[in-house]
Amino acid sequence: MTLVGHVFLFILLTFVAGMASPGVRAQPGPQADSRRSGYEFMGASTQAMQKDDALNPGMLWVKSGEALWQSPAGLSNKSCASCHAAASATMKGVAARYPAFDAQLQRPVALSQRINQCRQRHQQAPLLRPESEELLGLESYVALQSRGMPMAPPVDTRLTPFQQRGEQRFMQRMGQLNLSCAQCHDANAGGRLGSSVIPQAHPAGYPVYRLEWQAMGSLQRRLRNCMNGVRAQPFAFNSQELLELELYLNVRGKGMAMETPAVRP
Amino acid sequence: MARTLIVIPPNAKRGQVIEIRATIGHPMETGFRPGDDGKTLPRNIIQTFTCEYNGELIFSADMYSAVSANPYLAFFTTATESGTLVLHWEGDNGFTQTETVRITVTA
Repeated sequence: MTLVGHVFLFILLTFVAGMASPGVRAQPGPQADSRRSGYEFMGASTQAMQKDDALNPGMLWVKSGEALWQSPAGLSNKSCASCHAAASATMKGVAARYPAFDAQLQRPVALSQRINQCRQRHQQAPLLRPESEELLGLESYVALQSRGMPMAPPVDTRLTPFQQRGEQRFMQRMGQLNLSCAQCHDANAGGRLGSSVIPQAHPAGYPVYRLEWQAMGSLQRRLRNCMNGVRAQPFAFNSQELLELELYLNVRGKGMAMETPAVRP
Repeated sequence: MARTLIVIPPNAKRGQVIEIRATIGHPMETGFRPGDDGKTLPRNIIQTFTCEYNGELIFSADMYSAVSANPYLAFFTTATESGTLVLHWEGDNGFTQTETVRITVTA
């Protein structure tokens, strides 16, 4: 529905733009978007689980993230809310543009890293471990505020080389099975691997509640999972390689609606 | 303290059938899985769930190792009078969790 809405709005805007400047040749209409969220590859019962917040177990993490947002931490005794106030207003659209370039570190950072930076710099609190309940809670609470919004990777030339390396890595064969991401998720999406349907690998729903994990997990966990699947040595959490892949996936999924907290089989 | 998601309509008409839905955050470790060190992880599950409506037991369930993590239960009852619904989970290692939800019933 939202996708259709976006496409319609885009056509409308293109049309209006064409009217306003008759001298400029009208852009050709957008081709039908062949991108499909992982949601569309799931069974009806899993879809129902994601759609209903009372059924979606990911909301347990969101709820604890909301509590953490309000609770003071570290030497500063400040909570996230002390600086950022209500997440529903200030965090709207934030998750849709991460990973983003950090000027201080001169490299891209993921949302979870950004949360940890805030803890370190402003709250003077200990860092949260990657994939810990607390970090996933905060990340999913922040990402929930962008639900329904289009993924909007920042247009930032400083990110371009990272995105390009991510794309190369997506196409590059790896592991004992010698498979690249693209061989499954571009060339064979919609097909099956064993009994599982291969989705197109769009990252709009992360962190997701994965039924196989019986828990919430980040995009990086999912990427490492796939690397295990092709029997490659998985990159470490928050490694540059994983961030580059994340950046490329965001560009690839640009404009798709955020679904956090999504449920996946 | 475990996290819970409970959905109960706050207002109902007398005689109306209402749905109660409850999820609780719990690992439901089966007791059969090996851990990272190869040793079997000890069982840690919720064993019983009960729901009392103004002190009267209206629903209970026993759970076993095959129940998934973060178990979700949904059931129905008839709204009789205003009061409280007490949801109670009990499990291994002395795990207990009690949640109280108020409901207002109008004629």
